[in-house]
Amino acid sequence: MLKKLDEFKQGETGLIKTVEGEGRLRRRLFDMGVTPGAVVTLRKKAPLGDPIEITIRNYELSLRKAEAALVTLEVAE
Amino acid sequence: MMKKIALAGNPNCGKTTLFNALTGSTAHVGNWPGVTVDKKTGVYKKLDEPVEIIDLPGIYSLSPYTPEEVVSRNFILDEHPDCVINLVDATNIERNLYLTTQILEIDVPVVIALNMADVVKKDGGVIEVEQLSKKLGVPVVEISALKGEGLENLMKTVEITAKTPRKGETLLQDKELMHLIKDVNIAFKGKGVENPLFHSIKLVENDEIETSMHEDLVGMVNEYKATFKDDVFGNDFEAYIADTRYKYINKEFGNVVKSKTGETKAEKATKSDKIDKVLTHRIWGLPIFIAIMFLIFHFTFSEDLLFLNAIFGLEVKNPALVNILTGMGYEGEALGGIPSLGVFLQSWMGWITGQLMSGFQWICSGFQEFGDVAAEAASATWYGGLICDGVLTGIDAVCSFIPQIMLLFLFIAIMEDTGYMARIAFILDRAFRKFGLSGKAFIPMLTGFGCSVPAIMATRTLEDQKEKNRTIRLLTCFSCGAKAPIWALLAATASFLGFGYGDVFVFTIYIGGIALAIILAIFMRLFSRDRYVSPFIMELPAYHMPQARNVGAHLWEKLKHYCIKAATILTASLVVIWFLQSFGFQNGGFGMVEDVVDPITEEVVTSGIEYSILAYIGKGLQYIFYPCGWAIGADGWKLSVSSLTGLVAKEDVVGTMALLFSNGSEDALAESITITGAGMYAYAFFNLLTFPCFAAIATAKGEQTTKEFLKTLAFWFGVSYGTSAAIYWVGTLYEVAWWAGLIVTLALVGGLVGAAILVVRNNKKGAAVTA
Repeated sequence: MLKKLDEFKQGETGLIKTVEGEGRLRRRLFDMGVTPGAVVTLRKKAPLGDPIEITIRNYELSLRKAEAALVTLEVAE
Repeated sequence: MMKKIALAGNPNCGKTTLFNALTGSTAHVGNWPGVTVDKKTGVYKKLDEPVEIIDLPGIYSLSPYTPEEVVSRNFILDEHPDCVINLVDATNIERNLYLTTQILEIDVPVVIALNMADVVKKDGGVIEVEQLSKKLGVPVVEISALKGEGLENLMKTVEITAKTPRKGETLLQDKELMHLIKDVNIAFKGKGVENPLFHSIKLVENDEIETSMHEDLVGMVNEYKATFKDDVFGNDFEAYIADTRYKYINKEFGNVVKSKTGETKAEKATKSDKIDKVLTHRIWGLPIFIAIMFLIFHFTFSEDLLFLNAIFGLEVKNPALVNILTGMGYEGEALGGIPSLGVFLQSWMGWITGQLMSGFQWICSGFQEFGDVAAEAASATWYGGLICDGVLTGIDAVCSFIPQIMLLFLFIAIMEDTGYMARIAFILDRAFRKFGLSGKAFIPMLTGFGCSVPAIMATRTLEDQKEKNRTIRLLTCFSCGAKAPIWALLAATASFLGFGYGDVFVFTIYIGGIALAIILAIFMRLFSRDRYVSPFIMELPAYHMPQARNVGAHLWEKLKHYCIKAATILTASLVVIWFLQSFGFQNGGFGMVEDVVDPITEEVVTSGIEYSILAYIGKGLQYIFYPCGWAIGADGWKLSVSSLTGLVAKEDVVGTMALLFSNGSEDALAESITITGAGMYAYAFFNLLTFPCFAAIATAKGEQTTKEFLKTLAFWFGVSYGTSAAIYWVGTLYEVAWWAGLIVTLALVGGLVGAAILVVRNNKKGAAVTA
């Protein structure tokens, strides 16, 4: 099942399929290791629900839901 | 010429710690990405010849995203370092090597310094250094930057490696895309461009800087693109290359550096996670942050520890304890409650400086008597007065707050070093973003709690110039360390001004500053058409115990800075201020001013100071600040002029007040200040928000265009004046009739909420238009 990263629940894990976005933003996501094929786990959401914190390539990355919405992942049903 | 060795690596991987260990510097280290925003240089002396070490801002990739990352890229490419030390964090090998694969494409000798290998091994992980070195084709040295281990070995390897030039190599070698890269490479070589391989790959990656610099070659890439088709990525070379790099790293190094039994971090709950569960909890995250802040100010500024006296009526009654406390100089409120550590230390320091002062005074009076005898009264009184009344009084007032300020910095340094500061950005991002600032903008602001100068420089981590301008303007909301003596002084006088708790007062200044930053951001947003908010993609560093060395070095830097400042700028400015307050026009001529004494009662009718040049300046300023409340009254001009001297250095505000209110002791000072509780808050917020010191103003000028800089100056003055006046009038209303105050407060809050709603709605509209 395909799912956007911003719709993830806490603790959910998925495999990145596509990364959308424009120019520098997309580039930044790639540089931080958010590339197709990487495994992502949603660690937690900030007290106000946004940004979110994910584990990717063995480290913790925080990004906003707006950026997370650019990432589509395959999750087990 | 000395050999140049550049330190490059991911943000927060320990570069500055390594730099400090190599060069003996004490550059500021913090546990969040982006502490270093400009390159720093130092010298390593333990080789046969000394070498220059350059600490570069941390980067995730050589395709720069923010201005400070451009610094790193340009240095490695254009300044021709003799060798690059690529610091790799062994606990986070995948992302760190991503940068390494790019550095290796440049024609420069490289040595990999593998940091924190000891941590991985301790946790039962595996690191095969020789394998790593063989596969990367460059030497790898294990080090611990923190413990200073392996540094000599590293530098010896660097010395040897730097001797032989190295040609750039790429892992894309056997990929189909290499045909294109080779063609571009030939074109670059033909143009005589240095590092052709690196530039070719970046051009193929569609890197912004590269495509704008070599427009003639873009056509070539696009032509090839039209014919290229990868199964997964199509002709999206950017994604393809990034993916290839990560795939390569996984395949080649997956087994070389491995944490225990291959279990990923996602599966095991690390200590960091457990701490994070509490500190960034959905509901409790924000209250915990506010509580931590309050406790810090409570322990630093409270005269009634844990409110034991106020709530339980607990007082210091034990006569022995009272003796000890008073012996140490503690006088607060006749020992009502138990003093907090900060207040206790401050009283003690006050007592010490007081003793020193009386010693000096004794020497000074000796001078004066000698002067009288020598019939050179005028000149003798001159420098006697200059040293005793001028410089010493001011310096005494400034120095007596050192322990409290150091304690405050200790708490802040601990918050920084543990990694909690980065979480604060995470917690507050949403509140900030709604109003046009990213949580990332909060990092310069946190730096602003220390000093505005590095804080303004830290705005370079923001990629959008407009957001940068906004952030610089809001920085004064975050009370810098030099303003702390002002709060400490006002806190000590709080009880006299009809407001009981010093710690609550200081806490409200800090929290009020943050709240005000959000309010001001709302209004900035309301009057601007710009709807862009830069993305917030930030690494959250793991928590670690505060390192005594980092915290200690940070405190030592602060203390040194404070003392040097006291001995130079503050002393010099106090000399000037003393002259201005001692000389003036009196009795129809210019000269030293004298008190006017009633010949019969021998009481001072008018203090001489009222005739001084400073009084003329102050009384002029006083008219301007009348609406702010604190300028009203006989002493209003003194407060006005004290704020003015704060331009030189914020500590001067306290120094000048001590000078003008005729007595160094803050209790006496408090008695002579005639402002009310509302006036005190108004005065505090004026000093908080107004122009920072000259050093910070100059830094701001460097970071902004002249037009934007002038707007910034206008903003600082307008906001400080407006806020100060508003606080005074609303506060006074409460004192006169609480219901009137309440009505006005509600009206103001209503207006604010309205503005906020408008901004959020505009945001949505803006988003709809762009979408």
